[in-house]
Amino acid sequence: MRLSSVDAAALGVGLRVGMPLADARAQIGELTVVPHDPVLDQDWLDRLAQGCARYSPLVALDAPDGLILDIAGAEHLYGGEAELVRDVERRLARLGMTLRHALGPTADAARALARYQTRPAPDEAQAIRRLPVAALELEAEATTALVRAGLKTIGDLASRPMANIAARFGADAAMALRRLLGDAPSPLDPRIALPPVVAERRFAEPLGSTAHATKVLAELAGEAIEALGERGKGGRHFRATFFRSDGLARSIAIETGHPTRDMGLVMRLFAERMDSLADPLDPGFGFDMIRLAVPRLEALGATQLKLEGGAVRAANESAAIDELADRLATRLGRGRVRRFRPADTHIPEQAQLELPAADAPPPLPWQEPDPGEPPTRPFHLFDPPQPIEVIAEVPDGPPHQFRWRRQAHAVRRYEGPERIAAEWWRRRDNGGLTRDYYRVEDAQGRRFWLFRHGLYDEKPDPRWYIHGVFA
Amino acid sequence: MRESSPLLAGLRKRIARLAADGGFESRRTEGWLASGHASFDAAIGGGLAIGRCHEFFATDALDATSAAAFASLIALRTPGKAPLIWLRTSDAGKRTGHIYAPGIAELGGDPDRLLLVETADPKMLLACANDAIRCTGSAAVIVESWGKFPLLDLTAGRRLALGARDAGTTLLMLRLNAAPAPSVAETRWSVAAAASHALEANAPGAPAFDLELLRWRGGAAPARWRLDWNHDEQSFREAALSGALLPLPARRAMASHGAAAA
Repeated sequence: MRLSSVDAAALGVGLRVGMPLADARAQIGELTVVPHDPVLDQDWLDRLAQGCARYSPLVALDAPDGLILDIAGAEHLYGGEAELVRDVERRLARLGMTLRHALGPTADAARALARYQTRPAPDEAQAIRRLPVAALELEAEATTALVRAGLKTIGDLASRPMANIAARFGADAAMALRRLLGDAPSPLDPRIALPPVVAERRFAEPLGSTAHATKVLAELAGEAIEALGERGKGGRHFRATFFRSDGLARSIAIETGHPTRDMGLVMRLFAERMDSLADPLDPGFGFDMIRLAVPRLEALGATQLKLEGGAVRAANESAAIDELADRLATRLGRGRVRRFRPADTHIPEQAQLELPAADAPPPLPWQEPDPGEPPTRPFHLFDPPQPIEVIAEVPDGPPHQFRWRRQAHAVRRYEGPERIAAEWWRRRDNGGLTRDYYRVEDAQGRRFWLFRHGLYDEKPDPRWYIHGVFA
Repeated sequence: MRESSPLLAGLRKRIARLAADGGFESRRTEGWLASGHASFDAAIGGGLAIGRCHEFFATDALDATSAAAFASLIALRTPGKAPLIWLRTSDAGKRTGHIYAPGIAELGGDPDRLLLVETADPKMLLACANDAIRCTGSAAVIVESWGKFPLLDLTAGRRLALGARDAGTTLLMLRLNAAPAPSVAETRWSVAAAASHALEANAPGAPAFDLELLRWRGGAAPARWRLDWNHDEQSFREAALSGALLPLPARRAMASHGAAAA
């Protein structure tokens, strides 16, 4: 086992990353060792990134231990770059994080400066030129080759023709150099895309109570809905982010089945969501900023409400059902409130789709029943089908008696087989076995849907299953 | 005794007042979910009263599908597009099977009207049922439970029934694998599968139900019916005696059609 990361005190006494744990223990008697958990690290970095969304909406993760913020146009809110950096440092220090930062003209330049800068420089351009070639983060051999060739800094490299660098060290090296120097774009991959409608409020004094925060959220919802109304849009997805003064943040999101500008509905859904949180919203030292973003918009015309008449009443009733579906989906999870849609296949268990009510597509026609015929598909379907023991008079004949859930059923009436072949055009292995379905009725009048999985010439001893129960 | 009599008089007055402004049974119902079978509907005063609570017990665990189908068909045969809200716990799919929309479509119901809500446990089921019945505009709310359901005591049942009455929604409690017990339901049924009327070549026929009315607040109980479902007319009708001659011309036409096809 080796050390994957050491803190400042450990560095001070001579421990280094990559050192065997046994050696470190031999050097320092009372060493505190914590197992490395990359997933937790990633989680924590993500939470820090969420907290940093207060400075700029464009925050990108630089795993495993970096964050890149695009603060262009946002620094004046804090009274300049230096003030903003001080604020970041102060908040992260409260969380026990040590910070190494740099400002740069491009994301890659800032990143390289933060990670590789060793000597001070009069300005940014000079600082970049003084970076060691390791800042290009090429493969170890390429870096060694560069240093052997006497090219120790980015400045040395930049003074050579780009074509020669590409020829000697590969196109990657040339590209990395151009990115560092700002000649090629270095796009950010923000953690969360910029939402089209945002309302936010900052507080001089942190809010200590959740109730007060909810009140502010309602005001923000009012502002956001006004902005939506001006654009003729309605929101489908609302996300409230509560920034705590210690630098962390908590996001709570709701979703609606139809675009809405109904403030009451939005706030009811937020209340529902907060009630159903496993760990309640914790103000900690207080919230000093609340942001409401509407990441998903859809067109919604102006509406006229509260007219007398049947059409409006019907519209109100369907709106009431939609609201119920939204509320239950917010409480239970969106996948637990579902609608049914047909799927174009004859494999019974795939013939219906159960989709979240919030994003079910418009209805498609279902298979019409044949006049005068009893239903050929069951009311309840078992997925996966349940194995049963069947006695048939002749091997590939209809079932005579079967045993399901430790109970024997004598077959009185049957119809079949309805032969359903596997979808050989979809799968390379011809899709599996053919099924022979029988509709059977037992002595008590219960109707079942049984099938034999495989024909006798496909398989020596095909098994029987019950796939559904008819009304 | 003398001290208590004004107290008693006060209580009596209060009871009278409660009964006057919407006591439990005093309010008239807005309509009925009718089965389409005249004598069945007439016997229970027009059908299942809208805005009330009705309980359907499956006679046996294996009759769960019959009970579920009867409750949903009587709700889905109402005209219009009003949704049928169906609440069940997420383990119901394994026990009684997933609700299969193509099967409902073949029974003549419109699966697009179904809104399925699955909850993790019976406690949440009850909480969601309370929300669902207070939402106007549904054809009915089906609450499917398995086993005893101790959370549904008289208080909880009464709360549901009052909520349904105030919003004018119909609550159909589907009690599978449970024994009938006293409750505030308007009607209580025991539903079982019945042998169907055989078709050509001894094939199982239209869905048949054995219904027993265990309790009806409006009057006499119990009573029994044997109905089968005709999906062409979207109605229940008297089940033909099993094994009898084909009585209906529709059947005969179908049978000869089947013979021609064969």
